[in-house]
Amino acid sequence: MNDALGEVQSVLVLGGSSEIAGATIEALPRNRLRRVVLAGRQSPALEDAAMHLGNIGIPTVEVAAFDATDTESHGAFVDEVFDHSDIDLVILAFGVLGDQQEAEADPAQAVHIATVNYTGAVSVGLHVARRLRQQGHGNLVVLSSVAGDRARRSNYVYGSTKAGLDAFAQGLGDALAGSGASVLVVRPGMVRTRMSQGLPEAPMTTDPDVVGRAIVQGLRKGKHTIYAPGPLRFLMGAVKTVPRPVFRKLPQ
Amino acid sequence: MTVTSPLAADERDVLLSGWGRTAPSGARLLAPRSAEDIRETISVAGPRGVLARGLGRSYGDAAQSGGATVFDMTNLHSFDLDLTAGTVTADAGASVDELLRSIVPAGFFVPVTAGTRFVTVGGAIAADIHGKNHHVEGSFGAHVISMRVVDGQGEILELRGDDPATSDMFWATVGGMGLTGVIVEATFRLLAIETAQMSVDTVRCHDLDEVMTRMIEGDDDYRYSVAWIDSVATSGRGVLTRGDHASMDQFHGAKKSAPLDYDTTSLPSAPAFLPGGLLNTATVRAFNEAWFRKAPKDKQAELHSIPAFFHPLDGVKDWNRIYGPQGFLQYQFVVPDAAGWLVERTLSRLRDVGAPSFLTVLKRFGPANPGPLSFPQPGWTLAADVPAANERLGPVLDELDELVAAEGGRLYLAKDSRQSPAMLAQTYPRLGEWQAVRDRMDPRGVFTSDLGRRLSL
Repeated sequence: MNDALGEVQSVLVLGGSSEIAGATIEALPRNRLRRVVLAGRQSPALEDAAMHLGNIGIPTVEVAAFDATDTESHGAFVDEVFDHSDIDLVILAFGVLGDQQEAEADPAQAVHIATVNYTGAVSVGLHVARRLRQQGHGNLVVLSSVAGDRARRSNYVYGSTKAGLDAFAQGLGDALAGSGASVLVVRPGMVRTRMSQGLPEAPMTTDPDVVGRAIVQGLRKGKHTIYAPGPLRFLMGAVKTVPRPVFRKLPQ
Repeated sequence: MTVTSPLAADERDVLLSGWGRTAPSGARLLAPRSAEDIRETISVAGPRGVLARGLGRSYGDAAQSGGATVFDMTNLHSFDLDLTAGTVTADAGASVDELLRSIVPAGFFVPVTAGTRFVTVGGAIAADIHGKNHHVEGSFGAHVISMRVVDGQGEILELRGDDPATSDMFWATVGGMGLTGVIVEATFRLLAIETAQMSVDTVRCHDLDEVMTRMIEGDDDYRYSVAWIDSVATSGRGVLTRGDHASMDQFHGAKKSAPLDYDTTSLPSAPAFLPGGLLNTATVRAFNEAWFRKAPKDKQAELHSIPAFFHPLDGVKDWNRIYGPQGFLQYQFVVPDAAGWLVERTLSRLRDVGAPSFLTVLKRFGPANPGPLSFPQPGWTLAADVPAANERLGPVLDELDELVAAEGGRLYLAKDSRQSPAMLAQTYPRLGEWQAVRDRMDPRGVFTSDLGRRLSL
């Protein structure tokens, strides 16, 4: 259960090796955490993340096999996690950046990006929402991106999946209003993670722990949408007003 | 007793929270028309279970249960007064407010009242509430003769504290936070009174030592005793008010002909000082200053009304909203006499993090009763109201928890909204004994609450 001071006892991370999700868990006040489930595809990064959470003193850390593209399995997967105990916080953190040029050359790759980032998220997001509604409490944090705020020539496939995910998550939050459960949409800018390794840094590039702390703050204050870092909200507000012929010519 | 109706009970989806307005959860609220409705609902209860709720005055998550069916017990509120025996048999949903309106004019008073009269009989038993007379007369459960409880199988049990066959279930239900069954009716002893006035001695004390010394030395001479502490002043100055029901001899004034007139509209002046806007250290300071100043320096046998003496905040509707959307919590512990230093430590630590308590109450408890989860035990109990929005509060309360536990104290479940399961298990050593009785009364685990889940009860 969430307590009066916003501390949580159980967390499910979809995309368990996510560095932002890991940083969020580390930013949570730790002395009430009892159970963390890291769900994702088998990988050394996933095992490392679980090991790290065990090392920092979380009593129960489970690793569960989860494939975002296998939408048929999502219902049973979510039920199994929630049947064991209520989940106070779900972090939907999986996603692939992909390669824009390869995706343009090979539409199957674009479909894969869309399937993971959007279709998979819609599927598991709805199953999670069903269980949150049933238990009458809990938060779903959805990692969107500023890339969804405005399509860019250089990464519009990825950006469009985040735009779709963002709209879905907002609507889901409205659908859950009054149920006791809620959705927090998080729009990070560029974050220094495995996903962005080797890419040139954009303005306001930040670190996972900054995003993690912003998420914990947002949850505590009952926010529905946050940018991380916060001032990105204003930058993106301005970006969205730039006319397309001009925007197209800006360095991407 | 219970009102039966052929109509289906009202049901609707609601968000429920406690008086502190923190951590709400969604539930299906059902207003039963009879004990039969409750039995039927329990027998078909789903995995999220059921829980009874009264007037929602517990501060934390005791009277809410996410995804469950929650009974709004206030629909069932009849009661019968037995003038000869001096007892009342009341539906669980009857409130102390309703009872007082009937029994005071008849020359009786409830055996125990909390700081608000908006509590139900069921809630008073489930939380085993205490009042200003605990040091003399114990908590509410001590005055209950018998009760009817619907157990986890939907059966109605008749429980008595003096019947060896049911006394373990009786005492598991007293202070059991609604998790052993749904109390539907209780019979309890009343206190005979001659007038509806209180005879009150008030004394202003200039520091915490003086407050505590006077309480140790003088409390035994009074049926009722409580101290209000100025949490902002480092001295811990306070106002000690003690008294008893006024006898006919003490009663005087224009109302001589009607000594038992009970009027809840005659409010004390204190609530006028409640700050309207956001609470901050300045408004808390101003309020505490005003509260201290309004008290007489030293006055004997002053006549007060029942609401002014027992329920001063009841005159201010929704006063819990002054803390804003993030709500507040009340930190209430009891510690043995030897750990009286924790009173000063708690107040100073709350000041350190900029969360001085708005309203702070200190009281001495008498002996405990047999309830394994009943809160009171001999010693000091301090209750401090603090805003939940303060981000430095959590670690400080955890630190105080450790001290309370180390000194053999514990926290009051009706106020708790944040202690850890480990703290609870350590400080309520009879938890296992209570769980064994609960499991017998509710083998399917039908009775659930957010508090129960949070603390692994």
